[in-house]
Amino acid sequence: MSFDSPNLATLINGRDILLDSIPMLSLDVLADTMVAAVAAGQRVASMFAVSTEDAQQAAEMYVILADDHQSRLFGARARIEGGEFASLTPRCPQVQLFEREMAEQFGLKPLGHPWFKPVRYRRSWTGRDAWDRPADQAILPGVGDFYSIQGDEVHEVAVGPVHAGVIEPGHFRFQCHGEQVFHLEIALGYQHRGVEEALIGGPTKRSMHYAETLAGDTTIAHGTSYCQVLEALGGCQKSARAQSLRGIALELERLANHVGDLGALANDVGFLPTSSYCGRIRGDFLNMTALLCGSRFGRGMIRPGGVGFDVDDARLTELLHRLDTAEKETASAVNLLWDTPSVMARFEATGPLPRQVAIELGIVGPAARASGLARDARHDLPSGIFHFAHLPVSTFDAGDVFARAYVRWLEIQQSIEFIREQCRAMPSGAAQVAVGELAPNSLAIAINEGWRGEVCHVAITDGNARFARYKVVDPSFHNWSALAYVLRNQQISDFPLCNKSFNLSYCGHDL
Amino acid sequence: MLERLIYIALLLIMPPLLLGIINRTKARFAGRTGQPLFQLYYDLAKLMRKGLVLSNTTTWVFIAGPVVTLVTVVLAGLLVPAGPFASPISFTGDLILFAYLFGLARFFTTAAALDTGSAFEGMGSAREVTFACLSEPAMFFALLVLAKVSGTLTLSEMLHGPAGGFPASAVAPLVFIAIGLFVVLLAETCRIPVDDPNTHLELTMIHEVMVLDHSGPLLGVILYAASLKMFVLGAVLLHVIVPIQTGMAWADWALFVIEMGALAVAIGVVESVMARLQMRHVPYLLVAAMLLCGFGFILVVR
Repeated sequence: MSFDSPNLATLINGRDILLDSIPMLSLDVLADTMVAAVAAGQRVASMFAVSTEDAQQAAEMYVILADDHQSRLFGARARIEGGEFASLTPRCPQVQLFEREMAEQFGLKPLGHPWFKPVRYRRSWTGRDAWDRPADQAILPGVGDFYSIQGDEVHEVAVGPVHAGVIEPGHFRFQCHGEQVFHLEIALGYQHRGVEEALIGGPTKRSMHYAETLAGDTTIAHGTSYCQVLEALGGCQKSARAQSLRGIALELERLANHVGDLGALANDVGFLPTSSYCGRIRGDFLNMTALLCGSRFGRGMIRPGGVGFDVDDARLTELLHRLDTAEKETASAVNLLWDTPSVMARFEATGPLPRQVAIELGIVGPAARASGLARDARHDLPSGIFHFAHLPVSTFDAGDVFARAYVRWLEIQQSIEFIREQCRAMPSGAAQVAVGELAPNSLAIAINEGWRGEVCHVAITDGNARFARYKVVDPSFHNWSALAYVLRNQQISDFPLCNKSFNLSYCGHDL
Repeated sequence: MLERLIYIALLLIMPPLLLGIINRTKARFAGRTGQPLFQLYYDLAKLMRKGLVLSNTTTWVFIAGPVVTLVTVVLAGLLVPAGPFASPISFTGDLILFAYLFGLARFFTTAAALDTGSAFEGMGSAREVTFACLSEPAMFFALLVLAKVSGTLTLSEMLHGPAGGFPASAVAPLVFIAIGLFVVLLAETCRIPVDDPNTHLELTMIHEVMVLDHSGPLLGVILYAASLKMFVLGAVLLHVIVPIQTGMAWADWALFVIEMGALAVAIGVVESVMARLQMRHVPYLLVAAMLLCGFGFILVVR
C-alpha cells in the first residue's frame, strides 16, 4: 500500500534538502497526515523539535516518516505556538517517547499524553518546563511516580540503576504477582551526556568523536551516519573503495555483537559451551575490526569523506583467512544451541512480541524482523555500498527469544558472505576525499542499519551552515518499549533472558 | 576412634575441593583452563580475613542464619557413614533428625534473607521453600526405601544395607531412589538445571539471592556450609550408587575419596551439557524425583 500526500516532502537517505522545500503544515494537518501515513504502513523514524528565533514563543516540530515497502522517506514540519500541542500518542502509540522527549528538551506540553513522564530527567534547553517544576528543584533520574498495581499478593520489585553485572545503569520497576510479571516500567537517563546539545553549532573537531561514542558498541553505524550527513550537506562524492570499506566495518560490528549476544543468551540460561566459545569468537571479530583500523570498536575507521584507514592486499587476505576460521567456529558453537533441547525449551515461547504490537510500537532491527516485519535499512533504505550489494532480509515469525536469536544467526551468515564478496572485489579509489562547504538552511538525513537496528541522524543547518539542530535516533529509543511489553505475563526470572534477546543500549537512548 | 577422626577430618576439609572439581570439569567442557582446584579454599581464606558489613535494618537472625546452617550441616554430616565405616553419631530414628537438620538450616537461611527486607531476598526465600516442599518428600521416600530394605531406622545401618549386601529384589527401588536422590542433590546444592551458581542476575537466582547481603566471614561460612551440604548428600548418594567395599581400611578410604571426586565430575558434566530449566518447570523435575522415590517405596512395601 502506497501513501503519497502533498503535505509531505520526499527525502532521500544520504542527501540534503532545502528547508524551504519542506512543507510547513498546521499541527492538525500534520497529525492527520501522520496518522494516515502510519495506517498505510509507514513508521515514524524521527520526530523532534527545533528552536526558532524566538524560543520562548514558538518552536518547530519536524517529523520523518519511513515507508519500508516503497523505500521512501518523507518529511514535514509544523509550528508549535504557546508551548502546547495536542498529543498524537493516543492515535499513534509509536510517537509516545518522541513527544515526551520534545516536552523535556523544549518544555512543550503534549496535551492528552497518556503517560506523561520525563525521558532522561534533565532540564529543558529553553528554560521552560513542561511539568512546571520549580527551578531550584533537583531533577534526578528514576525519581517520581511509577505505574503501580494494588492488591493482595501483588508486590513490587525494583532493579537497578546499579546492577549485579558490569552493565550500564537503568532502573526497572516490576509489578508482580508471585513469579508472574503484570507490568514493567523502565526509567532511563542515567547515561545522559548531552550529545545533541553539544553538536549544536558544529561541526567542530569534536563532533566526529561525539558521533562515534553515541553508543560504544555501535561506533561504525553512528559514525557512518554522521559522516553521511556531513557529506550530504557538503556535496561530497566518496569513492567506491571507501564505501566498500565502510560496509565491511559495519558488518564486522554486526558480527561481533550478534555473536556476543548469542553467547550471552546461552550464558543466561546457564549453557556454558556456547557461552564461552561465543565470548572468544566475539573477540576474534573485534580483532578483525582492529586489523582494519587499529581499534577493536572501529574508532577512527569512519571519517568524513571516506575512511580513516585504507587496506592493502595483505590485510584483505589476512581478513579473509580469519573470517574463514571464525565462520567455522561460530557455526559449531551456535548450532549447539539449536541442537540442545534444554536450551530450546528456554528460548521458545519466551517473551513473544506479536507482529501487530511491533508495528504499533515502531520496532526496528532484529527484534522487528523476528516478529515477521521485513524491516532492514540495508535493504529498504540503502545507502553507500548497500546500493550495489543486496543483502536479503532475514526474518522469522515467532517473535520470541528464539526468533530474536535465530534472526541474529541468519544475519551472521549473510554478513560473513557480504564481507567475503567485498574483500574479493575491492574497488579502487581514494580512501578519503575532502568534504566541501556545508549547505546553509538545509536538512540532511542519514539512515543506516546498525546491528541493533535503524540508526537515524538528521542535521539542520542555519544560515551560516552550522548545525542548528542535530537529532540522533538510536534503535534503542524505539525498542525499549518492546522489552517492557514482552515482559507482561512472563516469569520474572525470564527477564534477563528477554532483556538480552533485545540487548538495548542505555547510552544510545540517553544520548 | 581413628576411623571417626579420619571421617571428621575428611568432612571438614574435603568439601571445597568438590566445587573445584566441578568448576574444572565445566571449564574443560567450555574450552577453558578454569580456576585452580583449590580456589574455594583461597576464597574462604580471603573472606575470613575480610570485614563484615551489617545493614541497620537487620537483627541477630541475619547473623544466626549462616552460623546455624553451618552447625546443622556439620551435625547432619556426623550422622552419615562414609563408605563401610560407622558414622560418628548414630541412634535409632536418626534419619528423621538428618532430614530436619536440613529443614532447620533452610528455615534460618530464609529467615536471615527475609530479615534484610530486600525484595530480591524475599523472592529467593519464596522459591527456596517452594522447591523444598517437593525435594523433602523425595528424600523421605528415599530414606523410607532404605529403611524398609535394611529393616532398621538407624541411618548408618540403613545406608550400609543388610548384612551380605542389598538383596536382588531391592535393585529396582534402589535405582529409582538413586536417580531421585541425584536430583535432590542438584536442587539442594543449587546446581544446574535447578539453579545457576554462577549467575549474577538477581532475578533468576534461588539460593544465591538469599545471601546477597552477607559479606566477609559470614559469606565464607555460607559458601563453606554449601560445599559441606554437597559432601553430605553426596555421601548418602554414594551408598546407594556404589555399595562397594574392599575390606581393607586404607583402600576403602581411598575409594570413598575417589567416588566423591567422580560424583563431582558427574555434576560438572550435567551442568555443562544442559541449560537451566525455566523456573516454573523446576517443580516438574522435583515432582518427578518425588514420584520416582515414591514408586521405589511402593515396590519395596508391596
